[in-house]
Amino acid sequence: MITKRIIPCLDVKDGRVVKGVNFQGLSDVNSPVELGKYYSDNGADELVFYDITASHEGRRLFTDILTEVARTIFIPLTVGGGINSLDDFDRVLKCGADKVSVNSGAIRDPRLIYEAAKRYGDQCVVLSADVKRVDGVFRVFAKGGRENTGMEAIAWIKKGVELGAGEVVLNSIDTDGVKGGFDLEMLDAVCRAVSVPVIASGGAGCIQDFVTLFKTLPRVDAGLAASIFHFGEVAIPALKARRC
Amino acid sequence: MIAIVDYGVGNLFSLKSSLAAIGAEAVVTGEAEVLRRADKILLPGVGAFGDAADKLRATGLDAVVIDEARSGKPLMGICLGMQLLFDKGYEYGEHAGLGLIPGEVRPIAEVIPADYKIPHIGWNALRFTGRKSPLFRHIKEGDCVYFVHSFYAANCDESVIAAAEYGAELTAAVQRGNVCGCQFHPEKSGKVGLNILRAFCED
Repeated sequence: MITKRIIPCLDVKDGRVVKGVNFQGLSDVNSPVELGKYYSDNGADELVFYDITASHEGRRLFTDILTEVARTIFIPLTVGGGINSLDDFDRVLKCGADKVSVNSGAIRDPRLIYEAAKRYGDQCVVLSADVKRVDGVFRVFAKGGRENTGMEAIAWIKKGVELGAGEVVLNSIDTDGVKGGFDLEMLDAVCRAVSVPVIASGGAGCIQDFVTLFKTLPRVDAGLAASIFHFGEVAIPALKARRC
Repeated sequence: MIAIVDYGVGNLFSLKSSLAAIGAEAVVTGEAEVLRRADKILLPGVGAFGDAADKLRATGLDAVVIDEARSGKPLMGICLGMQLLFDKGYEYGEHAGLGLIPGEVRPIAEVIPADYKIPHIGWNALRFTGRKSPLFRHIKEGDCVYFVHSFYAANCDESVIAAAEYGAELTAAVQRGNVCGCQFHPEKSGKVGLNILRAFCED
């Protein structure tokens, strides 16, 4: 039987791993290459690299670092951030990424999902959605969680999967950084709507939060987190011993 | 020297890096002469069966791979590269494979329950079948490896050396004499995967 995946996420800006709380107040954490190798050697099931750089130079630096990361890790690597075109898919896949995650780029032009899935296969395209409750409705936010698109989240995610996304990362802005557990209500709604793997993101504070996630929602395939792994608050081998 | 066959299908970067990590000398090549000179051959592949088989034939490397394998040179197919070792595949029509291992490649949808997700994607445990293959001498039964596939090798029981449970027993690895293959991605399966590659390279 397939195991539940534990996925550390590395937000990279100007060549360094950073992680904010509720998407604000970034703090320098570590080198992407060192951290990536550490996770690959210590039981992570997959790595996600998000490029949160805005500048052209930053993007080139990210691409260089990505190549270095891909050379040193031997687990699946997903890359996201700044993916707006098939050229962007091509750029990161050539650096050694296995999957590419789209977010704002797909909101701007949903055909990007379809075109990329057609060219690289569904399994290569990950739809990442930042979702927040607004007046009791799940809304999709763009631009790193700063802009309310007004779109209803479940409908958007369903559409993304119909267009060819092979996997969904659901990041709850409401629980992100709070360390009070994953957003089970929001995740349940997504799991009921789609049949592709769903990755839970936002809110994990301790091992028990992952145990609760997989026990309460058996259809969730993976749990993603950042700072609790980076700062050693949760050790992945200990977590994996208890995840099922 | 290990030759990784380059026939324009998929990204060979990770495979080459993983061989470097275990200290094996490897070249990515599309040249028949290099394949003939190599001590061992790795046949990778992603995408659809028919498309990949066509591309391999278009380069003319299919005949070289078959010749070298029949002459006894160790050959390992990975993912779609493993599927190509069989007689034929049924992905978007019927396509001929290399015919190095008897069997055929069929949709997993035919054997797994309807509520199982396709593709079979993620980390799954290996169950060794029959006598333990030398390919697994550095790993143990139950170790997990990374799969991404929607088709599987069928009607090849006598060649199966490992299976993975996913609502059905799916072929995870095969071996027939000097020819072997992994449905999973050893180059993406952490230490376990590197240990399988190491066993193949040092044989």
